[in-house]
Amino acid sequence: MIISKQKPREELLEQLEGVDRLFLIGCSACATECKSGGEEEVFQMEEWLTSLGKEVTGSIVIDSPCNINRAARDLRSQRQQVDEADAIMVLACGAGVHSIAIKSSKRVIGALDSLFLGNIRRIGKFEEKCSLCGTCILNETGGICPATLCPKGLLNGPCGGMEEGKCETDRDLDCAWHLIYEALKQQGRKNVFTRIVPPKDWQKKKHPDRLETGRSSK
Amino acid sequence: MSRLRDQLASGQFVVTAEIAPPKGVGVKNIFETVSRMEGITAINVTDNQGANMRMSPVAVAALLVREGFEPVLQITCRDRNRMALQSELLGAAQFGIENLLLLSGDHPCFGDHPDTRPVFDLDSIHLLQVVDNLTKGRDMAGKPLSGDPPFFFPGAAAVPEAEPFDLMFQKFRKKVNSGTRFFQTQAVFNLEKLENFMAAARPLGVPVVAGVLLLKSARMCHFLNRNIPGVNVPPHLIERLEKASDPIEEGVAIARETVHVVRDLCSGVHLMTLGQEKRIPDILEKNRIEC
Repeated sequence: MIISKQKPREELLEQLEGVDRLFLIGCSACATECKSGGEEEVFQMEEWLTSLGKEVTGSIVIDSPCNINRAARDLRSQRQQVDEADAIMVLACGAGVHSIAIKSSKRVIGALDSLFLGNIRRIGKFEEKCSLCGTCILNETGGICPATLCPKGLLNGPCGGMEEGKCETDRDLDCAWHLIYEALKQQGRKNVFTRIVPPKDWQKKKHPDRLETGRSSK
Repeated sequence: MSRLRDQLASGQFVVTAEIAPPKGVGVKNIFETVSRMEGITAINVTDNQGANMRMSPVAVAALLVREGFEPVLQITCRDRNRMALQSELLGAAQFGIENLLLLSGDHPCFGDHPDTRPVFDLDSIHLLQVVDNLTKGRDMAGKPLSGDPPFFFPGAAAVPEAEPFDLMFQKFRKKVNSGTRFFQTQAVFNLEKLENFMAAARPLGVPVVAGVLLLKSARMCHFLNRNIPGVNVPPHLIERLEKASDPIEEGVAIARETVHVVRDLCSGVHLMTLGQEKRIPDILEKNRIEC
């Protein structure tokens, strides 16, 4: 799930200078689950904007704005209220902001910072375990990603800063390579420790990335 | 040609020391320090040590070579991608720099530019392989190098006191298999652990130069334990410094005792004396024992 967080209010205030009427868009997927841009948060944003003397011309929570066509369809369904606004405030990750920005001629104000692909420990507690590197070696590391969990992203770890199984950057953080070692040891496997993992081919992780699989699932 | 390599090959106990490049332009202090170092085989030049921005170590190492000293050029993977690393190494070779210490590098969070982008395009294993290829006349893309291949004597770091031992040692073995010709260790304090480590390391046939850090006060120990990755001063040594009437003398005594043990176990000692270079002969017991 994409973890996002609302931008600080001071930053939003800068964006709101000269903007009197806004249309709000939220996201029913990731932003709802991490409580940054769901129906409740859109309502709270409306309250805050109103308290500033702004007018909210309308709002909609889209399922979900990263789908460009659905975003366009939902914008069309709210055409009148959108037209009345000076700007559209989008409470969704950057993908959602992009969809709205390219499907509307209105100025778009993104209200969130998109942070990481997160696992959910429990409500309100999110942890990055996968950084979408595109060249996954989880099958060799017991499901524990060194590219993500090692702050240096070492493919042949650990580094000399590991102390009692903890990371040099944060003594509360487990060393990723220690976690991998313990996981594989428990299963009696050597896997990643039997080879030198070569340097990453960064051609496989270019920006902007794209994938075309065709329309059917076959 | 590398005196470090020759001395290690002949079984002579080597002594290395280290200096940090300046944060600025002007190397007078460095040469004053270096000229005070007696009986040193080679001098490590650190690379943005502790992730604090300093002058390029290639520049300082090149100046050392020009003035007749032998450097060990430290190069980390923290600040340079694979292109910059190869580029720097070729430049270093042009200046006659041969000894290398190839490191992953301390994380930027420790230093004065914590907001920089950590590179780590390669790790120390990859960097060792890169050096191996360069010495055979090829770059990472497989392209042939022009002219004669550079000569390098590549070293890597070891952490004898790390736990769990097996996890640390598989990395050590990977470094050996990637062409490491000598190791320098982090500062050692636990001599029993050093003995265990050397028992496992010795059969792999790559000489180990043990790091010895001159402790100057109990406060320094606490600072090191808190802030410097890989350095772990045990409580009993901190206590000795706390109780000593002259902590620096006590620190010299501790270093001297450590070197004494290192002479039996390892191929050399790497001294980190942090401004107290004049105490090096004392630590090495140069006046008492023929080394």
